[in-house]
Amino acid sequence: MSAVSGTIDTERARPADALAASARRNAWNLALLGFLAILLVFTKLIQPSYGVPGVQGLAISVLPLALAAVAQAIVVLSGGIDLSIGSMMALVNVVAATQMQGRSEEFGVAVVLGVLLLGLALGAVNGTLIVLTRVPDIIVTLAMSFVWAGCALLVLPTPGGGSAKWLPELVSGSLGNEWIPKAAVGLIVVVALIWIPVRRSWLGLSLYAIGSNRLAAFRSGVSVGRTRILSYTLMGLFAALAGVSLTASTGIGTPVPGPYTLLSVAAVVLGGVSLAGGRGSVFGPILAVIILQLIRTDMTFLDINTNFATVLQGLILIGVVMIGSLVQIRASRA
Amino acid sequence: MSGVASASGARNAWLTGAAWRALFRDRPMIPLLFLLAILVVVSELARPGIVGPEWIGVILRAAVLLAILAGCQTLTMLTGGIDLSVGAVGSMAGFVVASFAAGAGWPTGVVVALIAAAIAGFVTGIGVGVFRVHPLIMTLGMSFVILGLANVWQLQSVVTSTGVPREFRSLGSQAYAEVVPFSLVVFVPVAALILVGLKRTGYGRLLYAIGDNPIAARLSGARSWQILVVLYVISALLAAIAGFLYSGYTNVASVTLVDSAVLPSVAAAVIGGTSILGGRGGYGGTIVGALILTVVSSLLSSLGYPEAVRQVLFGAIIVAVAAAYTRVTGET
Repeated sequence: MSAVSGTIDTERARPADALAASARRNAWNLALLGFLAILLVFTKLIQPSYGVPGVQGLAISVLPLALAAVAQAIVVLSGGIDLSIGSMMALVNVVAATQMQGRSEEFGVAVVLGVLLLGLALGAVNGTLIVLTRVPDIIVTLAMSFVWAGCALLVLPTPGGGSAKWLPELVSGSLGNEWIPKAAVGLIVVVALIWIPVRRSWLGLSLYAIGSNRLAAFRSGVSVGRTRILSYTLMGLFAALAGVSLTASTGIGTPVPGPYTLLSVAAVVLGGVSLAGGRGSVFGPILAVIILQLIRTDMTFLDINTNFATVLQGLILIGVVMIGSLVQIRASRA
Repeated sequence: MSGVASASGARNAWLTGAAWRALFRDRPMIPLLFLLAILVVVSELARPGIVGPEWIGVILRAAVLLAILAGCQTLTMLTGGIDLSVGAVGSMAGFVVASFAAGAGWPTGVVVALIAAAIAGFVTGIGVGVFRVHPLIMTLGMSFVILGLANVWQLQSVVTSTGVPREFRSLGSQAYAEVVPFSLVVFVPVAALILVGLKRTGYGRLLYAIGDNPIAARLSGARSWQILVVLYVISALLAAIAGFLYSGYTNVASVTLVDSAVLPSVAAAVIGGTSILGGRGGYGGTIVGALILTVVSSLLSSLGYPEAVRQVLFGAIIVAVAAAYTRVTGET
């Protein structure tokens, strides 16, 4: 205890130490950023022609998974998990595609707003069921993944539908400088507009509080049930954004859920968010998604069988978690 | 949804007495068998004349596959874990056998597949038991690794014909007198082993012990890492056996064949009364759970409902049953 309070005191005393402490807190994100930079340099070395199209392709291809990872990160931070994100994305994707097909461009705006509300509702249903039934979140969301995927199939039995023209244009191409893809800008704007205000409000604090110690949070006056429902609602919003980005990047609706649920869990873990909750941020998972995609691209450039990319993805996931828990076991022994 | 709501309302009225609650908690088999019987009656009412020896054969053939995979989930869930790699392991096993069938013969393929599955299970067990990685993450990561390697193997063995061996096809999809599926030859010993193993052996009791209270189990001298390593090897071997039967049942050899059965296998174990938190449940309930899911899905398809409705109803059933269990056991 004395060591902890000691560091806090010095932190207040010297700004340099405060900076160091902040770097320590964000060590994992900084490491991911560093690794991403090295990976980009490496990509340029093995494929000198890697340039603007490559970066734009990367930005568009990571967009759905990056948003799904943010969604997953929000529930994991608050001590939960959601295995229905992929199905929610599929449902939102097909609803958007069927409603926008053959309609006016202006109506498309209303559809996008509508499906975002739908996402909020889907997330709220998940959260409410978890809180009311007191069944473990893993089971409820697993069951709901069937329900949402079934609903998606009911809306649109086979891939089809369409998209308003402005939607794909929103994520393809670049903004200002050709090196700044619109998809990346969109991702940053969305996360900054929604997550940062939440993070800085009482809701953000409550989310982290129920994630790190539910009983302590309850005793400090946090309404645990309500906060859990809100965390799932927020997750639903980001899952809906991910679903809309699928419509934007493919131009159609696909009722079969992609591998996004499991990949989002992987990205969250690689992004430094503790599965026990309460530790991490939504930025680490985004970096992790970009890194995973870039590794895949690099393996194509190196002419390595892309199936090894899947193997590597699994090995990285296991390796990172193993090292993380080894560190924890050692720390608890010391 | 209205059907689910009225069902839960009826359950409340039915379970007013503490005795009923205790029955549901301690002997989940009785209400589950009752539910199964109702479903069979509903099937008969919906399509008069459908329930007969052949119908039973069809149901059993499908349920056996699900029940074996659900066995993996039951065993791992008893320790508070879960095994999401059963899809990848099962598909890999079925595919490996098919790829060996034309060349070295299917018995060699079976041996190779079982060894590969055991290695995968061993690695998972080391990760979960020694490195304390969350089973969800560990098995998820392993399923990526196995899928990738199986894909690589698929490209390597593309020259040989990849047909499911005839022996597997008859084992998985045919039945004695069109009623008693041959797959029972595999399933009955497996089920007996799991049932007896859980109830009557020290190892089975240890699974319950480390799931119920890991600290108490450790203080009582249980070496949980050894138990977990053996557990995940067993789970992978079961998944491989299920994979053999799946490839025979569908006459398909694909590296993603069993993937779609992973979530239903968890659902069967949950419906059967096994708690994902560990320490409570058993394989008997899981078998009935697998039968219930199979009868529901056959009922819906016989009524002409699309796959979509089946999925929605599956999800609703899982939440309703799990909520009922949580209520009567008081677990949170």
